[in-house]
Parts: sequence; structure tokens; C-alpha cells
Amino acid sequence: MAKTLLQMKEITKTFPGVRALSGVSLDVREGEIHALVGENGAGKSTLMNVLSGVYPAGSYEGEILFDDRPCAFHHIRDSEEVGIVIIHQELALVPYLSIAENVFLGNERARRGIIDWEETFSRTRELLLRVRLQENPATITKDLGVGKQQLVEIAKALSKKVRLLILDEPTAALNDEDSENLLQLLLELKGQGITSIIISHKLNEVERIADRITVIRDGAVIETLDNGERNVKEDRIIKGMVGREITDRFPPRPPAERAEVALEVEDWVVYDPLFLDRQKIRGVSFSVHKGEVVGIVGLMGAGRTELAMSLFGQSYGHRISGRMRLNGREVTLPSPKEAIRHGLAYLTEDRKSAGLILMDDVRHNISLASLGKLSNRQGVIDDNKEITVAEDLRHKLRIKTPTIFQKIGHLSGGNQQKAILARWIYADPDVLILDEPTRGIDVGAKYEIYGIINELVALRKAVILISSEMPEVLGMSDRIYVMNEGRFVGELSREEASQESIMRCIMQSNREVA
Amino acid sequence: MQKAKELFLTNIRQYAMMVALVFIVLLFQYLTDGVLLRPLNLTNIIQQNSYILVLAIGMLLCILTGNIDLSVGSVAAFVGAVGATMMAVWKWPVIPSIFLCLLLGILIGCWHGFWISYFRIPAFIVTLAGMLCFRGLTLVMLKGQTIAPMPELFRQLSSDFIPDFLGAGGLNITALALVGAVLLAFAFFDLRDRTHKLAYGFDVLPLPLWMLKIILLGAVVMAFAHQLALHKGIPMVLLLLGFLVLVYSFITQKTVFGRHVYAFGGNEKAAKLSGIDTDRVFFLVYANMGLLAAVAGLVFAGRLNAASPKAGMNFELDAIAACFIGGASASGGIGTVAGAIIGGLIMGVLNNGMSIIGVSIDWQQVIKGLVLLGAVAFDVYTKNKAAK
Repeated sequence: MAKTLLQMKEITKTFPGVRALSGVSLDVREGEIHALVGENGAGKSTLMNVLSGVYPAGSYEGEILFDDRPCAFHHIRDSEEVGIVIIHQELALVPYLSIAENVFLGNERARRGIIDWEETFSRTRELLLRVRLQENPATITKDLGVGKQQLVEIAKALSKKVRLLILDEPTAALNDEDSENLLQLLLELKGQGITSIIISHKLNEVERIADRITVIRDGAVIETLDNGERNVKEDRIIKGMVGREITDRFPPRPPAERAEVALEVEDWVVYDPLFLDRQKIRGVSFSVHKGEVVGIVGLMGAGRTELAMSLFGQSYGHRISGRMRLNGREVTLPSPKEAIRHGLAYLTEDRKSAGLILMDDVRHNISLASLGKLSNRQGVIDDNKEITVAEDLRHKLRIKTPTIFQKIGHLSGGNQQKAILARWIYADPDVLILDEPTRGIDVGAKYEIYGIINELVALRKAVILISSEMPEVLGMSDRIYVMNEGRFVGELSREEASQESIMRCIMQSNREVA
Repeated sequence: MQKAKELFLTNIRQYAMMVALVFIVLLFQYLTDGVLLRPLNLTNIIQQNSYILVLAIGMLLCILTGNIDLSVGSVAAFVGAVGATMMAVWKWPVIPSIFLCLLLGILIGCWHGFWISYFRIPAFIVTLAGMLCFRGLTLVMLKGQTIAPMPELFRQLSSDFIPDFLGAGGLNITALALVGAVLLAFAFFDLRDRTHKLAYGFDVLPLPLWMLKIILLGAVVMAFAHQLALHKGIPMVLLLLGFLVLVYSFITQKTVFGRHVYAFGGNEKAAKLSGIDTDRVFFLVYANMGLLAAVAGLVFAGRLNAASPKAGMNFELDAIAACFIGGASASGGIGTVAGAIIGGLIMGVLNNGMSIIGVSIDWQQVIKGLVLLGAVAFDVYTKNKAAK
């Protein structure tokens, strides 16, 4: 048996209010491809961040042995020193620099601070040969496709004498051909003695190339499957990923009665705003009834947020086409302002960068979308009314803050989220799109937010719930649409829906495309 | 009490600048052997700095969006030149000319705003271009010459004093009466606001403390008015400035538009997703800057009693510095009109005081530069501390 290259022992990592990893142990053998699978939020990325020093030694409990030597990384640089290189899902290349410059970024071939271009280019040429990328090292990186950029990242890793290569969702953004190339390359590198850890949702790829597969769920290792014979099947992996008991994590709600349709969308097509000819949403049709929670699930990159934002006043995408009816009337909503006016609200998945005015107080953050209601015809705000409204919502939603004059940046994630929810509740929409409403918040606050959703539904609001946490969608939704690669690939009733059936919808559509 | 402490801590920057202003005034009052606050000099300080303060008000809005406007000095010069040409060369009537000049300022602001908000060309670049263009157009307009003098009515409106209807020479009774009336009005509205807050059940200042506040404020303002009354009374410019400060404080603090500006600067994406027409807000901020640049240009022309090709040089930098000293954040979303005015006054008093005690212009620049750096460093320091 090959020797063990990496051992992580009993790693426990907690964030304020959340235990992201509890006693995770992982060992990786020299020269193997080790796959790490699990749902979004299971703790895969956290584990890799611990390993690479993004979370410095001391901020977690447990022990890391690399090459049988204990390691305490304080910085990514420390882990790269011993040969651990991580390639993140969002590529870290500088778009306007050449391939060669990117490959040696931070590690420049230089003598006394003066760059040796000869060596830089000749070394880059060698590395590109190794990753089988036929490009001139002087090519500007932004002119390359995502697949080729991925290869540049790997070349960059190889330039650092990598021994353990970690790839986070390397094929998520790639088309089939590029994915295939990348997987072949990984196998080739394995032949050259490079060990890799691959994090992936694409289980068909995992079952093909991984020697061993570790399944993580809820911050703990469930099992490590030996795939030396390539005999582990997708279904077996899915079972490990989702086999969780769901008990009482969601407040009960009477099932929705059939009511009139609140929102109806037909043939919704959206193009990517950057890659203009790429269809991001490919003809989606669906409807939401009053007093109903409709879940939209899908893997990362399926297009859920893009769909939601394009519906909400065309906040995403271009060349948007399709028809949309709100309460039976056909509408076009060219801006968020119009969307809000017509009774649509969108709670962003990205609380910090697209939701909050961090430097402002709780009160102003709550009133932001409804200043029209708080002001007279001349546009003068009634301060006193504003304060009353904010206080009222603070009590109703139990936002924990000393006063509504507190800077919202000082609140915990869960309370910030409640404040944004308060903003939209005060805007009094008919249809609420909640995009990852419980991302990064603790269990208690989650439960409270579920309670708020139930109250909204009781008031005959229609709620669209987008979440990467499948149990949440399963526990909260009356109906579930499964989304994959810009399409709806399944509609499941509450009874039909299970993690297995959802995964099957996705995998099946993947196979159809392939 | 906890609340008062918190309020104090969150506003420490503003109070700190107020304290710094008082300190600087007292320091120079001592260093100049009391010349600084003499009636004549006090009037001078107001008149010398009025146009910078007007610009600082508009600039504050630009800075709230996280940008600056480099063109205001050139725009002020250009509007001054156009105004002088209309009134002094073409002999057009004064009042309509003033309105045309203000309109011209708004148009120039719209021009900048159009490129900045609808084309999203960085404001720095658009207004740098404006700075060059309008400086050039000023020279074209004036053919390199100075136009002087301005018509009497214009001079009176911009750089004269409110005539003393009530008094008979000596102490200017009108000035005192006017300031007193403003104070009473302020006390009345503040009391009304307090009653409203009480009716809503909010915390308010206890009555004795409230009275102390009004009395202290009244004493300081009346002492200031008394000094002015000893000279020629209230400069027209002060009236204009007071009006602008009131209006723009109101707009920024009490109106939907003001809130939109803060939200825009605080997080444009969040503002947009909350239904705010961010392009329109951005456009209006720059259109407004054009208007205030025009006002400043006219005030300056009135004070010089001329339009000169060199008018308005470096005004933009002084206005920007005033805002930053007054607590505005370079990344947007934070700052107040009152702060910008205090910042402008700190610079003004420093200028004036140093000139009186004979510090040369070159060293004045050095000191002003260090004050700007020090004020912002203090800001960053207190913020970092608050974050911990």
C-alpha cells in the first residue's frame, strides 16, 4: 500500500454560532486522486481552507501531518512551501496579465528584483507543455476560455513544485470537452506522482477518476469509499451524502390550499451579460400560487440566482425574453423600482455586498425600499414614523440589537438577515423571492426565519425559496422545481420530493446533455 | 445614559472637528492678540471663505457618492466670466443675468452628470476633462483679460451687507434682530420636534438640559452676531450661506433624495436592488454641483468685483479638503453638510490666522496639508478602533 502523504486528525472548526467541522479526519495516500463530496455547506471547502492555511493554525482544533511531519500553517504561503496548492472555484488569475506573468505571479523568476523574462517564458513554455495547453505564454489571460484558464492555474501550481494539488469544483464552469481534458490531465499528473484532492458535485466524474471517495455531511466525515476498482456507483455516493434524518427542524405549517396564481413565468430566456452569446437561463416556465412556498433547488451554477434577479426588474443578464404575469396581469419590469411597485421583492443571497448598507443603522436599512411610504409628496421623510415602523419590525422579527440606531454592520449574520427581511416585509410585496435566506447563519436564527416565512404565507404571500441546502427546501416547500444548467429539469410535489429524487433529476439531465 | 454614550461615540468624529475648530479659533485668538475675532476680521473670514463653503456643500454630495468633482473651480471661473460679460460688457440687466448664469451652471452639471451616471465614465475623468475645458473656455470668454468693474447692483447683492433699517449708525441693530429671530425660530422648531418625539414615546433630552443647550447655542451665536454688528452687520453672503446650509442639511437628512444619496454611496448594488434609481441620483448630484459651482463663481466675481481668468484656481481642492476634514469618507456614504462647513471653517481660520501672524504662503500650504492628513488619519484610527 502506498504511503500516507497527508493526515488530518480530528479537525474541529467553529465559527461564531456555527460548528463547521467536528472531528474530521482525512488521510490521503501518495499518488492517489482523492475525491471529497458532500452537499453545499457540508464543510468541504472549510476543510480545505484549514489545510491550506486560509484559516491559520490555532483557529481550529486538531492536527495536520504532511509527510509525517506536523504542520502549522499560518498563511497560504506556508502550505505552498511544503507543496500543497489549492485551486479555487473562482480562478485567481489577473485578467490583463500574460499567461507567463500569471504563472509566476508572486514567485517571479528574478535576479535582484529584475525579472528574467527569458527564464520566465521558457519555464512557462515547459509547464504549458506539461498541462498540454497550446498557447503562447505571452497571451493575455482574459482572452482564454475558462477551461484554458483552469489549465493555466494548474501550470501555476506545477511551477511551485506541487506535491498535493487541491481542486475545488474544477469542472463546474467547464463544458464537456474541457472537463474531459481536465480529467485526463489529472490522471496524467497522477502518473507523474502528483497527489490530488478533488472537490466535485459531478458524481459521474468522481466515480470515474477517484481512487478513494470521502463523503462529508454536516461537518463530519460519514465514510470513505474505496474506488480502486472503479466500482462505486453514483447512487451509493448520493446515499452517503444525503442520508440524514430530518426531524422537526422546520416549524409546521398547514399545507397550501389551491389558490389563484400570484406569479406566472413563461419561456424565460436570459443571456449572460459578459459572454453575450451564452444562454444562462434557457426557457424556464413556472408558476407560484398565493399562500404557497415554491422551492428552487439546483447545484451551484445552475442559474437559480440569475433567474431570480432577471425576474426582479432585470437586475441580471441581457436580452431577457419571456412573459411574466403578476396576479393575472402581464407586466414588464425594467428596473427593481418597477418590480417593487408591482409587488415583487427579492432578498439577495449576497447579504454584505448587495443587501446591506453596512455603515448605516438598522432603521435606515429597514426603510430603504419603502421610503415612498414614509414620506410626503415633497419627498420629506417622516422620521418619527420611520422609527416607529423600524421598532415595530424589530420586535416582530425579534432582531437582536441594542437599538435601531445601531450600525447594522455590528449585528450578527442572522440578525442582519432578519433586518433585510424586515425591509421586504415592510415593502409589502405579493411575491417574495428569498435567495439563500439562511446562508451563513446559525440554527436558531434559521428556525426563526422559517417561522417568519410561514407567517408570510399565512398572509397569502407567495414565496419562492432558493436554497443550496436541500433539507431546507424539502422542509419548507409545498412544491419544488429542480434546476440544472439554466433549465427546470423537474417539478416535484412535497410528497415526491426527497434528496434522492432531486439528485436523480439533476444527474439524469446531466446524462441527457452529455 | 448608555444611549447617550453610544450617540456620542458614533458622532465623535463630528464633535472632534467642532472641538478642533474651537481650539484653532482660541489658539489664533491668542496668537494674534485678539485680532482674529475683531469685527472687521470676522467679516473678512466669512467673505473670504464663502465661495469655498458653497462649493463644499455641493462637493459633499459628490463625496457621499464616493466620487469627487475636480471641475468646480473652472466652472466657477467660467460662470463668473460669462456673468461679467453679460452684465459688464453687454450691459444686460443684473437679475435675469444671474438667473441665466445659474441655469448655465445647472447645464454644465447635467453635462458632467450625463457622462458620469449614464455612461459610467469615472467621475474623476469626466470632471478632470471639465476642469480643463472650462478653464480654457474661461480664457476664450475673457480673451485673457480681466473684466471689471461689475454693475453696482450685482456688487451689492454679492458682497455688501444687509442694510441697517432699524439702527441709526453705530451698532447694527438689524443684524442683532435678524440673528435673534433666527435663533427663536430654531428654538421653536426644535421644541416642536421634541414634543412630537415625546408624543411618539421616544427618548429626548430632559427639559433643563434642552434649555441649557438652547441658551449656550444662543449665547455663542449672539456674541458672534454682536461682533458682526460692530462692523457693518451681516454680509449678504452669510445670508446666502445660511440659506444653503439649511436647505442642503434638510435635503440630506430629511428627504428621500438625501437618503438615496447616502444609500448610493454606502452600497450602490444594495440601493439599486431596493428600488432606487441610482443613475438618476448620480446624475442629480452632479447637476446640483454645477448649480452650486455657478453660485460660487458669482459670489467670487462679486467679491473681486471682476471676472479674472485666474479665478477659481484650486477651489476644487479646498472644497474637497473641507469635506474630508469635516468627516466625510472617501469611499462614500458618510459625511454631513455641517461637517463640511466645519471643515471649511477650520481651513479658513487657519489661513486667516496664519496670515495675520505672518506665516508665509508656502508654509501655510504645508500646515494645511498636514491638517488634512491628520484629520483623516484620526478618522481612520477611530474607525479601526471602533471595529475592534
